[in-house]
Amino acid sequence: MADLSSNFLGIKSPNPFWLASGPPADKAYNVNRAFEAGWGGVSWKTLGEDPHIVNVNGPRYTSMMSNDRRVIGFNNIELITDRPFQVNLKEMRQVKRDWPDRALIASVMFPMNEASWAKYIPIIEDTGVDGFELNFGCPHGMSERGMGAAVGQVPEYIKQATEWCKKYATTPVIVKLTPNITDVIYPAEACLEGGADAVSLINTINSIMRVDYDNLTMFPTTGGMGTHGGYCGEAVKPIALNMVAEIARNEKTKNLPISGIGGVTTWKDAVDFIALGASNVQVCTAAMVYGFKIVEDMKTGLSNFLDEKGMNSVQELVGKAVPSVTDWKYLNLNHIDKAVIDQDKCIKCGRCHIVCEDTAHQAIGYTNEGGERVFTVNDDECVGCNLCVSVCPVVDCISMVAMTSGADPRTGKAISPQASDWTKHPNNPLRVL
Amino acid sequence: MNNKKLTNEAIGIQSHRLSKKEIEDNFTDLHPPLSAIEALIEADRCYFCYDAPCTKACPTSIDIPGFIQSIQNDNLTGAADKILTENIFGGMCARDCPTEELCQQACVRNDHEEKPVEIGLLQRYATDSVLNNGVQLFSRKENTGKSIAVVGAGPAGISCAHRLAVLGHNITVYESKDKIGGLNEYGIAAYKSTNDFAQQELAYILDIGGITIETGKQLGKQINLEDLQQQFDAVFLGCGLATVNKLNLDNENISGVIDAVEYIANLRQASNKDELMVGKNIVVIGGGMTAIDIAVQSKLLGAEQVTIAYRRSKNIMAASEYEQTLAKKHDVQIQYNVSPKRLLSADNNVTAMEFDIMQSQNDGSLMASGENITLKADIVFKAIGQKLVTEGLIENKSLELKKGRIVVDDHRKTSLAKVWAGGDCVLDGDNLTVSAVQDGKLAAISINETLTQGA
Repeated sequence: MADLSSNFLGIKSPNPFWLASGPPADKAYNVNRAFEAGWGGVSWKTLGEDPHIVNVNGPRYTSMMSNDRRVIGFNNIELITDRPFQVNLKEMRQVKRDWPDRALIASVMFPMNEASWAKYIPIIEDTGVDGFELNFGCPHGMSERGMGAAVGQVPEYIKQATEWCKKYATTPVIVKLTPNITDVIYPAEACLEGGADAVSLINTINSIMRVDYDNLTMFPTTGGMGTHGGYCGEAVKPIALNMVAEIARNEKTKNLPISGIGGVTTWKDAVDFIALGASNVQVCTAAMVYGFKIVEDMKTGLSNFLDEKGMNSVQELVGKAVPSVTDWKYLNLNHIDKAVIDQDKCIKCGRCHIVCEDTAHQAIGYTNEGGERVFTVNDDECVGCNLCVSVCPVVDCISMVAMTSGADPRTGKAISPQASDWTKHPNNPLRVL
Repeated sequence: MNNKKLTNEAIGIQSHRLSKKEIEDNFTDLHPPLSAIEALIEADRCYFCYDAPCTKACPTSIDIPGFIQSIQNDNLTGAADKILTENIFGGMCARDCPTEELCQQACVRNDHEEKPVEIGLLQRYATDSVLNNGVQLFSRKENTGKSIAVVGAGPAGISCAHRLAVLGHNITVYESKDKIGGLNEYGIAAYKSTNDFAQQELAYILDIGGITIETGKQLGKQINLEDLQQQFDAVFLGCGLATVNKLNLDNENISGVIDAVEYIANLRQASNKDELMVGKNIVVIGGGMTAIDIAVQSKLLGAEQVTIAYRRSKNIMAASEYEQTLAKKHDVQIQYNVSPKRLLSADNNVTAMEFDIMQSQNDGSLMASGENITLKADIVFKAIGQKLVTEGLIENKSLELKKGRIVVDDHRKTSLAKVWAGGDCVLDGDNLTVSAVQDGKLAAISINETLTQGA
C-alpha cells in the first residue's frame, strides 16, 4: 500500500485530502465528523473581523444537474463565518487538541489595513492551528466590501496583505487565489513576493446559474432579488487544473507549493491536480453533495493508483505531468495523428460522422447498404482533431494513431521524424531563423 | 358462430372465478407509464444516432432521436409535435406497437449493452403530456371546399381523415359499429389500452374539426362504393377485415367455439370484466397477435389452463418472440405443429379438440405425421385470421382485389381513379396499427395532391 501521508509546508496529515474552507468546515460538529470519516485536514471556514458578518436566510446554494439529478456544477452566495469569533476560536482550539494528527488551517479574511492583521492573526494562531490560508478568493458579498476576490484581483494588494500576515504569523501562510482574473501568474508571483509559503487554488468563479422560467427572474432569489454567486463543483475542475499547471510550470513560481482546489470529487480528480503540480487537494462541493464518506474511496482509489504506478508515496506523483504542459507554439507541427475506428467495437450510432461532417473536417464517411451502417475515416481529410473520440459513446472505439512513416495523405507531405513547431514555421512572421 | 350470450351460465362452465379486484389489478397497464424522472433518465440514454436506425425501423418514420432530445430538454410539446406530425395515433402506437421488432430492435444500445432505449414508453410520456393537458398541436388550413369519404373509423381511416382535415378538406367518416376507433377500440388487448384511452385519443384527433362521423353505416348496407364515388371528391377505404376465417370443421357451430376477435371486442367493451365468461380449459387456435392476446387475457380473467395450438413451428409463428414469451410468462402453453382435426362435444358443447401432429417437409409444406393429440377444452377460441368483407366493394368490378385484399400502389391508390385504401384491408399489409396509420397518412397526402392539382 502506497503511503498517503502528507507533509505540506511541514504541516502533517495522514492523507492529502483536506476539507476546503467553506460550509462543511463551519464548526466543531462538522469538523469532528469529517475527521471521524477520515479526512486528513480541514481549512476552517473563513474567520473575519469581530463582530461577525451575517448571512442571508434564503437560498445560498444552487446546483446544475444532469437529467438523472447528478450535480455537475454548484453555486453559492454564503459569506464567511457568521458565528461569533470567540466561539470559533474555542472550537478550533478544542478540535486541534482532539485531533493532533490532522491538519487544521485557519482561513482568514481581513480588510486592507495592517492593524486588523496585527490584531487578529496572533489571537487565532494561539488556538494551535497549523497555518493560515488567506481568503483572497470569494467573489461574492465580501468582495463588495473590499475583501476576498477584491484583494485577489490586485497583485499589489495580495503582496501587501501577505506581507502583513507573514509579519504576525509564525506558522505557514497559504494564499488562496481567485480565478476571476486574466492571468493567474500575476497573483501567484505577488504571493511569492509577499512571502507566501504556498498558494491554494481555485476559489469560486462568478456565476449566475439560470433564470426562473416561471417568473423570468434570475434563479434563485431571496425574496425576488438575487446576486451572483461563486461557481464550483466538477464543472470547474478544468479551469482549476489549468491555473495550477500554469503556476507549476512558470519559472518564478514553479517551486511554490500548491494546494489544489476546484471540483475534486474523486481520487482521479486528485491525481489530476497532483500530477499537474499540487501537493495536496482540498474538497468542498463534493462533500456538500455526497457527505463526508466520499473520502474513503478517494483514499483507497489514490492508494491503489499509486500502487499500480509503482509509486510509494503521493510525493512521487507531484508534478509528474507538468513537463508535458507547454505553450501552443511549442507543439510539434510535424506530428500527424489519424482517427482509427475499431469496427468490432463500433455500435454504428454515427455520432462521429455527423459531428465531423457538420462541424469539423468531413473525414468520416457513412455508407448504408441494405441497412448495413458503416462509418469509416477518410485519412485524406482527417486532421486528427479528436472530435470523434470526444463524442463517441463507446470506450476505446475510436483512437488517434500517430503516423510514423510515409506521407500524410491529406497534405502529401512526408512524415518527418524531426519535430518542428510554430516558432520555426515559415508562415510565422516572428519565426526564429 | 354461436349466438348464445357469452356467459358461463349460458354455456354451462364452472370455472375458477377471480375477484373483481384481482381482475382490475390484472388489467392495469402492461407497461406502466414513466414518471417524469424516469423519462428524463431514459431520454438521457439516447445517443441521437445519425440517420437513426430507429426512425428507419418506424413504419411512420417518426424522428425518434428528435423527440427524445425534446423530452430531455423539457420540451414535451415539441416532442409530441414531432411524434404526432408523423403519426397522429402516436399515443396508441406507443402502447401497442411491437417496438421489440421495430424501433427498439434497431436501437444501437442493443449492440452496446443489450438494452435498447425504451422508445415506446418515452413516446407515451410525450404524447400523454399533450393529450392530458389538452394541448392542441394542429389547426386546419383554409377550407378547400373538397369533400372526402372515409370508410371505417379505425387507425387508417382516422389517420387519413385527420391529415385531410389539417389540409383544409371536409371529411365524412362512415363507421359500421356504434363506436369509432376500429381495432383501437375493439381489438387491442385491454392491458395495452387502459382507461378508455382509445376514445380519449380520438377525441383529441377529432378536436380540430372538419371531420363528420357517421356511425352505424356499413359498406354494402347503408352505403356503397358506387354512391360514395359520385357524392365525394375522393374516397378512402379503411374498412379493415370485418369477418373471421373458419376452421372448416363439421361441427364448428357447437357451443363453446368462439371467435377470438368477437370475444376481445366484448372484453374491451365490458364495464365489468368480472362478469365475462371465463373458460376452465381453453384452447386457442392460431399463431398471431390475436392468439396471444386472447390467451393472455383469458389467463388474466382466471382461466385455469390455456393452450395456444399453432399449426406450424415456433420460428414461423407470426407472434413475435417477445409476445410468445409474454404468453409463457402468463402460464400460457404453446403447442407448435398441431393442426385442428375435429371438435369433440357432449350435448352440443365442446369438450375437447383433436389435432394432427404435423411435420414440416423439405419444401416447407406441412404433412400430418399420423399421430394425434387431444386437448381438453370447454372453450375453443378461433384466432386464425380475418377476411375482407367484399359486400359493397366488388359490385364495382374495376376495384382490383388480390388474395382477398384491395390492391394499392405506393401512394395507397387503388385501381379506381377516386379511391384510395389502407390498413388491414389492403394487400401486403402487416396488420399493425402503426402501418394502418401510415397508410392513412400517405393516402391523405396523395388525395390532397390529386385534389389540389392545377388548383
